[in-house]
Amino acid sequence: MKKVLNAQETGRALDRLYELLRARVPKEGPLAVVGIRTRGETLAGRIVARLEADLPGRQVHHGVLDITFYRDDLSRRRGAPLVRATEIDFDIDDAWLLLVDDVLHTGRSVRAALDALHDFGRPRVIRLAALIDRGGRELPIAADFVGRKVSAPAGKRVQVRLKENDGEEGVFIIDTH
Amino acid sequence: MARKASSSSTPTEAPGARGFLWTRKDLVGLDELSGEEIAHVLDTAESFREVSTRSIKKVPALRGKVVAMLFFEDSTRTRMSFELAASRMSADTLLFTSKGSSVAKGETTLDTVRNVEAMGVDIFVIRHGQSGAPHMVARRIAASVVNAGDGSHEHPTQGLLDIFTIRRRLGRVAGLKVAIVGDIAHSRVARSNILGLRKLGAEVVVVGPPTLVPAAVTAMGCSVSHSLDEVLAEVDVINMLRIQFERFSSNLFPSVREYSRLYGMNAERLARCRRDVLIMHPGPINRGVELTSDVADGPNSCILQQVTNGLAIRMAVLYLVSQGRQ
Repeated sequence: MKKVLNAQETGRALDRLYELLRARVPKEGPLAVVGIRTRGETLAGRIVARLEADLPGRQVHHGVLDITFYRDDLSRRRGAPLVRATEIDFDIDDAWLLLVDDVLHTGRSVRAALDALHDFGRPRVIRLAALIDRGGRELPIAADFVGRKVSAPAGKRVQVRLKENDGEEGVFIIDTH
Repeated sequence: MARKASSSSTPTEAPGARGFLWTRKDLVGLDELSGEEIAHVLDTAESFREVSTRSIKKVPALRGKVVAMLFFEDSTRTRMSFELAASRMSADTLLFTSKGSSVAKGETTLDTVRNVEAMGVDIFVIRHGQSGAPHMVARRIAASVVNAGDGSHEHPTQGLLDIFTIRRRLGRVAGLKVAIVGDIAHSRVARSNILGLRKLGAEVVVVGPPTLVPAAVTAMGCSVSHSLDEVLAEVDVINMLRIQFERFSSNLFPSVREYSRLYGMNAERLARCRRDVLIMHPGPINRGVELTSDVADGPNSCILQQVTNGLAIRMAVLYLVSQGRQ
């Protein structure tokens, strides 16, 4: 296991991600920020808090997606971990919708998330924010906003740790089993 | 209801739940499940409730899978609930009922199942009049088997949906006292409820006339009472079992009127219960026998919630067994 970003550097990556997306938030129309469980959910929460502070009086919807049922490797897995609820209790039709994930890698999670969102309605625009882009795409998907690029060998996993989930902040490269 | 920004107190975030992995390919009964496995099904069902609130009430979790419903014994609501659950998961469904089928021509259960399996079925939902039939089938085929009620053995999805409803309404299961009232001896619903409730730490008292309460139930860790009036004040939940009229022809019941007078739930008895007591019934209700209409349709009743929750439980079970293939 190797630490590639410490807590301070992780914070700066999030600041950069926020500045990039903040500049592109449309002046009017419904806004929604949807995080992909689990770390994307936490990051989405932080982005919503900042947007609400920056845009007083503007409503920012906050949702959470569990993409388990939409994964393309569902039939290859052995055993079922706990699936958690998707929580989108607002209308996403015609919204400017920001999809948030912690690490962008193959693009398969994002593909699954787009399919899941499609079942809830038709946003006007969907933008993708990823704290870390580690490369290695297997699908034609790109992020609109990236906090930091990290290069990692193909066989390794890039893990973002956040206070709310893990008790510490940082980005790590770990061996996969 | 979909809720945003879940708090740490939601049941889905129970300690240890996150690391748990479901590995069973079948659900034959609650007898063989651990408390942890039962909690995992309930937590998964919690997530599936949300799907039914969407404008497109469908997820692709079982896309391309085939679920065959083999009903060797009649059922309407359980079958409809399983069918809707399967279609909400994007599975294809096949229905087999024994009426007018090859069973009438003398085919054995296992031959019927193997023939249907040869068509490429992934999950069998089986209801059978013989106790143990789903278990016998599950051991002999590669596809998953879900027991939808077998003889007087178990009806695990009914037990799970009852416990799920209790947990949702009262916030917990452990430490509650649950009365199960009626024909305990012939009830697979009672058995699955007792087994599941005990594993999650609830106290169970079974109530009924001596002819319908076998002495052996105490081996499942519950107590027995022959007087409903005696237990009313001390229970959190009263689950009224359906009286099967076909049994009235035997000597087990002196009369419907006497049964109803001694073991029926009415407004006068409800007034002697705790204010927030939960009244349950697996349906179909014999109005005026197990329950009077004012109780069945009153604020303490959760009979229709049981039906709604049954859908979420069956979605969860179909999903879990499809993932559990060894």
